[in-house]
Amino acid sequence: MTRTWAGRIGFYTLIAVLLAFFTIPLLWLAAAPFTSDPSYEVRMPDFTFENFQTIIEHPYALWSLVNSLILAIGTALLVVVLSALAAYALSRVRIPGRDALLYALLLLSSIITGTAAMVPLFQLAIELNLIDSHTGLILIMTGGLLPAAIFMIKDFMDATPKSYEESARVFGASPLQIVRHVVTPVVRPGLATIAVWTIANVWGNFLMPFLLLSDVEKQPAAVIMYTLYTEGGQANLKVLSTFGLLYSVPVVLMYLFVSKKYGFRFHGGIKR
Amino acid sequence: MAAIELRGLTKVYPGGVKALDSLDLTVPDGEFFALLGPSGCGKTTLLRTIAGLETATGGAVVIGGRDVTGVQPGGRDIAMVFQDYALFPHMDVSDNIAYPLRIKKVAKAARHAKAAEVGARLGLEQLMDRRPGQLSGGQQQRVALARVMATQAQAFLFDEPLSNLDARLRLEARTFLKKLQRELGVTTVFVTHDQAEALAMADRMAVMEAGHIRQIGTPAEVFQRPANTFVAGFIGSTPMNLLDAVVRGDTLEVAGCKVPVPASARGLLTDGEKLVYGVRPEYMTYSAQPADGSLAGDVVILENLGASHLVTLDVDDVLVQAVVPEGHEPALGERGHAVPRADRALVYRDGELVSA
Repeated sequence: MTRTWAGRIGFYTLIAVLLAFFTIPLLWLAAAPFTSDPSYEVRMPDFTFENFQTIIEHPYALWSLVNSLILAIGTALLVVVLSALAAYALSRVRIPGRDALLYALLLLSSIITGTAAMVPLFQLAIELNLIDSHTGLILIMTGGLLPAAIFMIKDFMDATPKSYEESARVFGASPLQIVRHVVTPVVRPGLATIAVWTIANVWGNFLMPFLLLSDVEKQPAAVIMYTLYTEGGQANLKVLSTFGLLYSVPVVLMYLFVSKKYGFRFHGGIKR
Repeated sequence: MAAIELRGLTKVYPGGVKALDSLDLTVPDGEFFALLGPSGCGKTTLLRTIAGLETATGGAVVIGGRDVTGVQPGGRDIAMVFQDYALFPHMDVSDNIAYPLRIKKVAKAARHAKAAEVGARLGLEQLMDRRPGQLSGGQQQRVALARVMATQAQAFLFDEPLSNLDARLRLEARTFLKKLQRELGVTTVFVTHDQAEALAMADRMAVMEAGHIRQIGTPAEVFQRPANTFVAGFIGSTPMNLLDAVVRGDTLEVAGCKVPVPASARGLLTDGEKLVYGVRPEYMTYSAQPADGSLAGDVVILENLGASHLVTLDVDDVLVQAVVPEGHEPALGERGHAVPRADRALVYRDGELVSA
């Protein structure tokens, strides 16, 4: 009896420590922006809005959030539309070596995009006159995310019975009508998953915009965050925490909204 | 409403599998027609080729006098019920039934009025705003039927319409489907692997094997006079007795017993010829007393069929089955005599029925 009690106490203590490990930074993020003199410890805030005032007056901070939104939504739109069409085709058309192609794409994209492809991507962007432009950045990030997105959404497509489409076909629906009326609504949770995943990816991407955008006014929040220092070169905790909070809120809201509306159904690549 | 005509229809899949081998078939206007066969015999491929979901490799599909071989499924003026019903999970019952009309650009109010009318006819009034996931199997089937009725197509195609229902419901649905088809009078082709279903529902049926039609006829014809041993073995809830026989003048020697040559084969056999003698257990009379032209053996198995028993006799190491009505069942191990009905016994030469 005593042993089980001791075991239980030990178990819950361990969980409490683990939870604290993850909770304290979040508590700091919630408290520090409202504190007039934040430090590295979590303290009860004195509920000042001074820090927000500073952020609003910062020449790039708010615009960088708008830039982040433009990049994230633009990329998400492209990724969802293109991956849905590609996955639909790959799911419905039998071509030899289809699975090998998919795995190769996935493997190459996860190894090559990012650090390893920095130089060639930069040169490509310059040659195509896409350097320092949101369009260019969106296209490059879309390219990086597409293979994994196709891989995930193909599972949803595979799980949709072919008889739905055949039934619509017999009633005279055209291929586009079938995609609009039948396939898209059925795989909607999958599309929502891909959209959220893309937005979260782009939102947190530092390297690509840092590399491909030179104009500070075009930089997204992830890059601007990196510039928030005091004159002395120290991290400016006041603006950093406040900006950090503003930076996280949209993504958290999006997760809550989409999860409530569609429910997440991740099963990328795993057959049930 | 229209007749369906198939002329030399052939379907070869990539890889060389011949699913349909030069089929000729006419289903007259208004008929309820069954395609029956074991799995892999090509019956579903045939239905899908009529629908246009598969492209014919050769031959022609003619619906209502119009050659539709090269026409897309949507242009054939047919409607199909799929095995899994293929109801769209994101649409409610009303939208599902109205979907074919939405494709035909019927105004929203008009198509929902039509859906309500058809739905009411099939007893779906209370369910019109439910999603398919909230319906029972039988209700889903009725929604699928309502949806094809809403199309007012010339012909209906049903792919295994009853296989997704549980056994009890299947019998009810069978009666319901037959009644509905009769009322609508629309030419309907359905696929089934269940011979009882085909016999019960169809006006006429085709029995298929390996891409060929082995027999076409009314359920009575196919049951009473199977054209070959394949059909004979496939049709009937108790398999037909198919026994090796040798012609000895006016009689056949079967498992050491002598039975008269069946009426249908009289004068068509040569003495000493080796044949197969076929008679259904339902067309055997059992008697405990020796009788002329009977197959005599020991009762080895008794199977209860409800109102009757299936008795298996061991006749000289050959098993012969007979159906015995309630109250007349023999005891196990008793010596019994099975007398085939002369007008129902058949003779097969090289697997084909010998008949004038």
